Amino acid sequence: MSWIGKTYGSALGKKAAMALSGLLLVGFVLGHMAGNLKAFLGAEKYNGYADWLREMGSPLLPHNGALWIARVVLLGAVLVHIHSAWSLTRLSRKARPKRYYTLTAQQATYASRTMRWGGVIILLFVLYHLAHFTWGMSWAHPDFEPGNVHRNFVEGFRVWWVVAIYVVAQVALGFHLFHGFWSAFQTLGLNHERVNAWRRPLALSIALVVSLGNISLAVSVLMGWVS
Amino acid sequence: MRLKLHIWRQKNANDGGSFATYARDDVSPDMSFLEMLDVLNEELIESGEEPVAFDHDCREGICGSCGVMINGSAHGPESGTATCQLHMRKFRDGDEIRVEPFRSRAFPILKDLVVDRSPFDEIIGAGGYISVNTGSAPEANLIPVPRDDAERAMDAAECIGCGACVAQCPNGAAQLFTSAKISHLAELPQGRPERFARATKMVEVMESYFGSCTNFAECEAVCPKGISIDFIAQMNREYLRSRFK
Amino acid sequence: MKLDGKVPAGPVAEKWTRHKFDLKLVNPANKRKFSIIVVGSGLAGASAAASLGELGYHVDCFCYQDSARRAHSIAAQGGINAAKNYQNDGDSVWRLFYDTVKGGDFRSREANVHRLAEVSVNIIDQCVAQGVPFAREYGGGLANRSFGGAQVSRTFYARGQTGQQLQLSAYQALSRQVAAGTVRMHAKTEMLDLVVEDGRARGIVTRDLADGTMASWSADAVVLATGGYANVFFLSTNAKGCNATAIWRAHRRGALFANPCYTQIHPTCIPQHGDYQSKLTLMSESLRNDGRIWVPKAGGDSRSPDQIPEAERDYYLERRYPAFGNLVPRDIASRAAKTVCDEGYGVGHGARGVYLDFADAIARLGKDAVAAKYGNLFEMYERITGEDPYAVPMRIYPAPHYTMGGLWVDYHLMSTIPGLFVIGEANFSDHGANRLGASALMQGLADGYFVLPYTIGDYLAPRMGEEPLPTDHQAFREVEGEVTDRLDRLLSVQGKRTVDSLHRELGKVCEDECGMSRDRKGLEAAIAKIQALREEYWRNVRVPGAAADLNQSLEKAGRVADYFELAELMCRDALDREESCGTHFREEYQTEEGEARRNDEDYKYVAAWEWTGAGDTPRLHKEELDFENVPPSQRSYK
Repeated sequence: MSWIGKTYGSALGKKAAMALSGLLLVGFVLGHMAGNLKAFLGAEKYNGYADWLREMGSPLLPHNGALWIARVVLLGAVLVHIHSAWSLTRLSRKARPKRYYTLTAQQATYASRTMRWGGVIILLFVLYHLAHFTWGMSWAHPDFEPGNVHRNFVEGFRVWWVVAIYVVAQVALGFHLFHGFWSAFQTLGLNHERVNAWRRPLALSIALVVSLGNISLAVSVLMGWVS
Repeated sequence: MRLKLHIWRQKNANDGGSFATYARDDVSPDMSFLEMLDVLNEELIESGEEPVAFDHDCREGICGSCGVMINGSAHGPESGTATCQLHMRKFRDGDEIRVEPFRSRAFPILKDLVVDRSPFDEIIGAGGYISVNTGSAPEANLIPVPRDDAERAMDAAECIGCGACVAQCPNGAAQLFTSAKISHLAELPQGRPERFARATKMVEVMESYFGSCTNFAECEAVCPKGISIDFIAQMNREYLRSRFK
Repeated sequence: MKLDGKVPAGPVAEKWTRHKFDLKLVNPANKRKFSIIVVGSGLAGASAAASLGELGYHVDCFCYQDSARRAHSIAAQGGINAAKNYQNDGDSVWRLFYDTVKGGDFRSREANVHRLAEVSVNIIDQCVAQGVPFAREYGGGLANRSFGGAQVSRTFYARGQTGQQLQLSAYQALSRQVAAGTVRMHAKTEMLDLVVEDGRARGIVTRDLADGTMASWSADAVVLATGGYANVFFLSTNAKGCNATAIWRAHRRGALFANPCYTQIHPTCIPQHGDYQSKLTLMSESLRNDGRIWVPKAGGDSRSPDQIPEAERDYYLERRYPAFGNLVPRDIASRAAKTVCDEGYGVGHGARGVYLDFADAIARLGKDAVAAKYGNLFEMYERITGEDPYAVPMRIYPAPHYTMGGLWVDYHLMSTIPGLFVIGEANFSDHGANRLGASALMQGLADGYFVLPYTIGDYLAPRMGEEPLPTDHQAFREVEGEVTDRLDRLLSVQGKRTVDSLHRELGKVCEDECGMSRDRKGLEAAIAKIQALREEYWRNVRVPGAAADLNQSLEKAGRVADYFELAELMCRDALDREESCGTHFREEYQTEEGEARRNDEDYKYVAAWEWTGAGDTPRLHKEELDFENVPPSQRSYK
C-alpha cells in the first residue's frame, strides 16, 4: 500500500485523489437528485424508495447495511476531498507569499475562481442538510418525524428562507460541479483531441441537471405544487 | 503618447521594495515596451539615478529572458507575445501602466524587475532530457516518427521558459512549463524509455518549489507561445501511469 | 610568430579519420583528474560542456544569461545543414564541403570545412536521439528544405525555430550532466578576463552578475564558446547581451584575432523605425522566394507604395541579376539594398528601407497559400511594425547578423595561447569570408559534440599529473586586480553621456564605414573617429551604481569599452585587405558591373592580428590558404 501513500504524498497524487473522490460525489449527487425526483410521484412512491434504500442488498446485507456502506464511503470521499483541497490550497498560498498589486483574470471561469469558497459553502450546506432531513434536529426541522420521509420533505420546505438556503447552495454546487467535473478530466489526464470538445458541455449539463433538479424539488413544495 | 508608469523598485533581494511613479510624455507608439523603458533609463542615468533593472536579451520573443507583469498580466495585454515584442501602440494616450516583477516564492526578486528563475533549470535537470551520450546515437532515420507526433512534440517543445505561466497562475503553479517538457519527450519514441522516471522526478522537483494546479488555464492565456493546457493533462496522465510502474 | 594550422597530412577526405587515430588519449579513469572551463552555453558551449562531462572531465560552464538555455543560438530560425542525401538529389559530404568553401569565397581552411561536412551527418543523428522534433514527412522520415547557396535540399528544420530546438536539446544534455555532477553550471556569471601563466591558459576571472562578486577559476584548459561580435554595430540581430569581452580579453592576453572584417549583414531584416531602436529583427530569408524587392524609380517618392504604378518601380535585383533575381546570395542582396538607399531611393524611416512586395505572390497563389508559407513571419512583422504585409509591401533593410571572424584557431580549435580553445562563432575557422545559411548551427554543434572532445584530449594527455594553478596564485591575483581596477575606472568617470549613446555612435561609424561596403578613405576616417570616441568614452561616460551589486549599466559599460578596441581592429583589417571577397566589399576593388573582385594572388590568407598594447598598431600575421580540392573561381549570379 505504500505506493498509495507515496502517490498521495505528492500534489499531483492529492489532486488525483480529489478528482476521484469528486467523481464519486458527482455520482452521488446525481443519484441523490434522481432518487428525490420521486417526490413528484407522491408520498407512497417516495417512501417506498426510502424503504428500498434501507433494504438494498437484502438478504445479503442486513437492514440499513448498504446504506451504511454508502455513508462510510461517501464520508471517506468527502474527507479525502476536503483534506486534499485544504493541503493543496496551503501549498499554493505558500507558493506566492508576496501578492501582486493587481492580478488580472485572463480566461479563468467564475466557477474555477470560486472553487474553494464554494466548497466551504457546500460543506456547510451539507451539514445543514443532514441536520434538516437526516438527523432531524429540532432547530433545523421542528416538525421532524423519524421514518416519514415524504412528510418531512414537504414540511421541511414550507418556509421560504429554508428554500432560499437550498437554492443558494444548489447554485454554488452547480458552479462547483461545472468546474470540478471538467477539471477532473484534466487532473486524471483524461484528454484526447476527439473528446476534449465534449468535456465542457458535459460538465455544464451535469451541473445544470443536478442543481436545477434539486431546486425544482424545494421550489415545488414552496409553491404548493407538491404536498 | 503620454503615459504614467508605476514601476516596482527594489534595491536587492532583502529590500522591501515599493512602486515609483514616472510620467512620460514623448512615447512613440512604434516603440517596443522595453525600448520605452530604455528611454526612461537613459534619462534616469543622465539625471544621476539608477536605471530600472529588467531582464531581457534577444528581444525577439524566443530566449525567454524578459517578462514582467503589466497591469496584472504577464507580458502585458497582447496575447501570444513576450514583453519584448509588445509595442506601445497597444496602449492609449493617457494610460496608467503598472509594472511589477513576476512573483513566486520560487522566483526571488534580485533587483527591481529581475527575478531568479533557476528552479526551472532544476526541473529540467531532474529528467527533462533523453539519456543519450554524444556519439551513441543511431542513424537518424532508423526510427520513423509519425508526422502528427512530431508536430505535437513541437507544439510542446516551443516553450521558452519565461515563467509567465507561474507568474499569472493564482496558485503560482509551474504545471505548464513542466508539462511542456514532459509531453515533448513523451510524444517521441526516443523519449519513451525514460518517460515514467522522467515524469516522477520532474514533478517531484516542481512540487518542491511551486503551487498546485487548479485548472484555471490562466497560464495558457499568457503563454507567449500559446502552449495548450492539454499538455498539463498529458503530464498528469504520465505521472499517474508512472505510479503503476 | 609562425602560424601553424596543424593541418594533418593526407587527402582532405581522410585527414580527420586518420588524425583521430593519431590524437593522444586520456584514459577513462584519468579524465576526472582534469578540469575544463567552458565559457558560453550556446550550441557550441553547451554541446561541448555536456560531451566533456559525459567523458568524465570536471567541467565548469559559465554563461551571462540567467539560464544556459537562453544563449542566442536559440534565435536561429532557418535550419541546419547536413550531408545526409535523404532526398536522393546528389548531395554528399564532398558537395557540402565544396559549397561551403565556395560560399565562403575561398577564404576558409579546406581541412576544417571538410571535417565540418563529415560530422554534419552525426549531428543530425545525435539531435534526433536527443529528441529534437525536426519536421517529418508523412512516412515518419526526416524532412528537408532547400536554402540559399546550394542546389540540393539538405537543410533540417523544426518550424521556424530550429535554433531554439537545437539549443534546448544541447541545454538538456548539459542539464543532465549538471544533475550528474560532472558539470557545474554558473549562470549569470560573466568572464571578464583570461589568466595566462607560463604562456598557457590557466583559468578565468568572473563577475557574478547577480551581486557583483568577483571570482577566479582555475583549470587545465579553457574553452571559449562566446559567440560573435556583431553587437559592435549597436543595432544588430544579436541579443542585447551578446558581447565580445571574452574573446577580446583573450586577444589582449595573446590570442590572435583572425579576419575581424568578415561580418555578415543579413538582407531581410525589419528596418529601423526610430532613434530609440534597440535592436533589429531578422525575418527568414525564405521570404525572398516569393517576395519581389523594389524601390520607387524617383528618389524621395513619398507616395504610399500602392499609389506607385508598376512603371515607376525599380525591381533592382531582377534588373541587375536576371538569372538569380531576388534570390541572389545574402551579401549581394544586402549590398544592392544599401546602394539604392545611398542613392536616395530608400523608403520609410530615414529612407533606409526597400519594399519586399507579396502582391504578385498573393495574386498568383492566393492569400491562403501565402499565409500557409509565411503566416508566422507576417504576424511577426505586423506585431513589430503595426502594418499588414498582406495589404502593404513589407519594408526591409539589411542588418548585421553574424561574424565570420574570430579568434584564430588551429585544426585542433586551439588558439595561439596553448590550452585556450575557441569554438563556434567565436573562432574564425570554417566560413571564410561569407557564411551560408543553415551552417552556423552546424558548425557550433560540430565543434562542441564531435571535434573538441577529441582534440582537447591531445592537449591534456601529456599534462597528466600536473596540478592546475591555485586561484590564490600571483597570476590570478594580478588579473583580478586589473579587472577590479577597470570596473572602478568605468564607475569613477561620472561623465555626462550614457553607455548606450556612445555605443550607438560607434555603431553608426561601423555601419557607415565598415559595413556592407568599405573604402580606404572611409576606413581611415572611421579609425580616427573610433579613437576619438574611445577617448571620449573613458572621459565622459556615466555609469551609475556600484560594482558590488546587480548593475546592468556596468555590465554594458565593460562590453562597450571592448567594442571600441575591436571596432578599430575591424577597420584596420578591412583596410589591409585590398580586395573584395564575400561580405568584405571594397569600393576600390570591383568589376565594371559593380561586382566584387577577389585578389587570390595577394590576399589568399587568413589575417591574424596580434595585440601589441593599447594605442599601438596591431601586428599582422598571415596564414596562407591552399585550395587543393576546390579550385578558386569567381562567383557569378548574373
